Amino acid sequence: MPNANTYEHDVLVIGAGGAGLRAAIEASAAGLKVGLVCKSLLGKAHTVMAEGGIAASMGNVDDRDNWRVHFSDTMRGGQYLNNPRMAELHAKEAPARVRELEAWGAVFDRTPDGRILQRNFGGHRYPRLAHVGDRTGLEMIRTLQDHGVHQGIDVHMERTVVALLKDGDRIAGAVGYDREKGQIHVFKARAVVIATGGVGKAFQITSNSWEYTGDGHALAYEAGAELIDMEFVQFHPTGMVWPPSVRGILVTEGVRGEGGVLRNKEGRRFMFDDIPENYRAQTADTPEEGWRYTQGDKNARRPPELLTRDHVARRINLEVKAGRGSPHGGVFLDIAWIKEKLPNAAEHIKKKLPSMYHQFMKLANLDITKEPMEVGPTTHYIMGGVRVDAESQMSSVPGLFAAGESGGGLHGANRLGGNSLSDLLVFGQRAGAGAADYAKQNSQGQVSSDEVEAISRRILEPFERESAQGAGPYQVQQELQVMMQKLVGIVRTEKEMREALVELDALKKRAEKVGVSGNREYNPGWHTALDLKNLLIVSEAITLAALERKESRGAQFRDDYPTKDDAYGKFNLIVKRAPDGSMQVSREPIVPLSAEQTQIIQEMK
Amino acid sequence: MPTATFRIFRGSGTEGAFQDYQTEATEGMVVLDAVHQIQAESASDLAARWNCKAGKCGSCSAEVNGQPKLMCMTRLSDLPLDQPVTLEPIQAFPRIKDLVTDVSWNFDVKKRIKPFKPRAPDAPDGTWRMAQQDVERVQEFRKCIECFLCQDVCHVLRDHHAHDRFIGPRFLVNVAALEMHPLDVEDRLPDLKETQGVGYCNITKCCTKVCPEDITITDNAIIPLKERVAGRYYDPLAKLLRIFK
Repeated sequence: MPNANTYEHDVLVIGAGGAGLRAAIEASAAGLKVGLVCKSLLGKAHTVMAEGGIAASMGNVDDRDNWRVHFSDTMRGGQYLNNPRMAELHAKEAPARVRELEAWGAVFDRTPDGRILQRNFGGHRYPRLAHVGDRTGLEMIRTLQDHGVHQGIDVHMERTVVALLKDGDRIAGAVGYDREKGQIHVFKARAVVIATGGVGKAFQITSNSWEYTGDGHALAYEAGAELIDMEFVQFHPTGMVWPPSVRGILVTEGVRGEGGVLRNKEGRRFMFDDIPENYRAQTADTPEEGWRYTQGDKNARRPPELLTRDHVARRINLEVKAGRGSPHGGVFLDIAWIKEKLPNAAEHIKKKLPSMYHQFMKLANLDITKEPMEVGPTTHYIMGGVRVDAESQMSSVPGLFAAGESGGGLHGANRLGGNSLSDLLVFGQRAGAGAADYAKQNSQGQVSSDEVEAISRRILEPFERESAQGAGPYQVQQELQVMMQKLVGIVRTEKEMREALVELDALKKRAEKVGVSGNREYNPGWHTALDLKNLLIVSEAITLAALERKESRGAQFRDDYPTKDDAYGKFNLIVKRAPDGSMQVSREPIVPLSAEQTQIIQEMK
Repeated sequence: MPTATFRIFRGSGTEGAFQDYQTEATEGMVVLDAVHQIQAESASDLAARWNCKAGKCGSCSAEVNGQPKLMCMTRLSDLPLDQPVTLEPIQAFPRIKDLVTDVSWNFDVKKRIKPFKPRAPDAPDGTWRMAQQDVERVQEFRKCIECFLCQDVCHVLRDHHAHDRFIGPRFLVNVAALEMHPLDVEDRLPDLKETQGVGYCNITKCCTKVCPEDITITDNAIIPLKERVAGRYYDPLAKLLRIFK
């Protein structure tokens, strides 16, 4: 392979957040040679941002909880478009995955009798989230990282994969570059696990970091895999809105779990005004009952602030549009009010929500123990991802696996808070095991050096071009983000999404002409230019799928089809590359419930 | 809002010089925002690490006006903008390019620390029991976001380049988190004394002052480790008892 560094691994994992690390640990424990590639330094992946906790029905705080309740909560939250087998495996295996973290050194907050403490979260019937204050993601990634580095996994830090390699139909490896020198690297592997996270950087207001450019979604799509549920993008209801430079940074749902309430500028708790029928029986009738719920009263029902994220985000959006928002275009999230209820409220808030206290003090000069925060929806998560087999996490491309946010199926039309970290652990483990099995049964595929050459040439092309003024990689990326936010955001219409497709076409042409200056050494302009292709692919997939789903369900709200349509509840949307290279959307009947699953859902209604 | 000048170190390896960039300073902006604006406006190849932009990942460490800081948590309103703001990479590690340094040594050090080794589970279902008050000490250390600012200011690394015999404050905190973990039964004292160089720390507390997570590094992590090492190896009574054991 001329001018390329070549590595051979049995299993290659792309992405080192929770899912990638867990997959790598599993494959390595199976005795295989594992390579782990990540765009950033190890331990910096987006998982560190997760605040609230890991959903697992251990029943440490409320012994009425069990996998059946967690399963039915997940299905209800996903509006029954979820793959029920994945939802079942997830609910059954999450407790073991959390206990395993403790065995690897994680230090969760404790119950009075010394077990792992669990907290309330939106859409979960019982206190279910294992947590460490509001920095659970950091605890999880550090535990996995520290455990993994002692297992002999080869970590390739600050390397970006730009294409997957195939031998016929099956996977054979990947090609990427390193950020430091800009050299080409070829990773041969018998099996590849995609664990690259999400697509938030396709939108203007997002809680996601620069890494979230839909790499894994796009790599898998280009390799011929199917994507599922791409229309469902989660807008987290509470992101910071002020000052402008912090717009979009996440404010954990844990604030509401600890008793925080949402108010409009008139001081009204507007969430009480609109409670969806399928949640009415589980929702508090009065603020007093809601408060008791957050303080652990088992006879109380949850306050409407803890309804699912899609609903809360939309309600906030409506308040702002109706002119009842806060001064900077959000609404008020108030935790300071609990001083009416608790004698030592300020200390309590700092203890339960330390990084929120710190974040608002530092970035907004605001003391959350004294004043309400201003919050508004922020692009947070994509439910859609690579379509995989529920048991093994293998995609339709033999040898190609996906887990975590880049995998699809578990969450359906809307993900519950806390179900992401548990998803990473449960399906990271399964993908690692699935990839290990596949690698044991298959030999290394052939890698074509011509193909590697062609990929190398393509990624170096931006250096040969000069961008016109205002048409550099950052400008194109920003225009894409503004356009997607405006035309394919939280409220969607046919007309606007048709416009978006036209704009996407124009942006694609511009992206192909983007040039970069400087050399190959640690050049963020070049890296941004290369990420554009992935962002454009996922943006098109989101738009096409959203157009095809002519109803409002979960995270998708269509202004032109504002209600749920049962006919659309019978299928998922699949995005795939057609033989002519165009992007194709098709309907696939949902995975039917088993008799036991049907019974559980009936019981928990 | 005014225009601010940023005097940024540009260069690769040992070569380089400061270069001035002008950009608009708007309300609430942090230093990392300014770096991004400069990348988009006038220096698309300006190298800088960042991820979360919320003080949680520890990627964007740099020296701002000579002070070790996370760029994402340093507000422009806290800096004198009537003069240029200097930005340079952290100094305790080799430079790669512009604001990016080669911190791989830290990842190698971590591999050499003996991993967590729990006692047998407390309950038949394979779980453990720990009291909240007993885990809080360790939770303080586990807040570390691995920004390496403490490594940057530690004179043992920064000035004396003792990377071959001293693991630095970050990893002493790492060892403390393991040693004081209520479930851990591993013994790391010989390594601390022999290869990790806990004795080189002379308690100037520079690391504690720069920690963005407010971990009391010196008092809560390093001094107790020093005491444990001293207790085992330098306490004359203990030494005598060992001889007769």
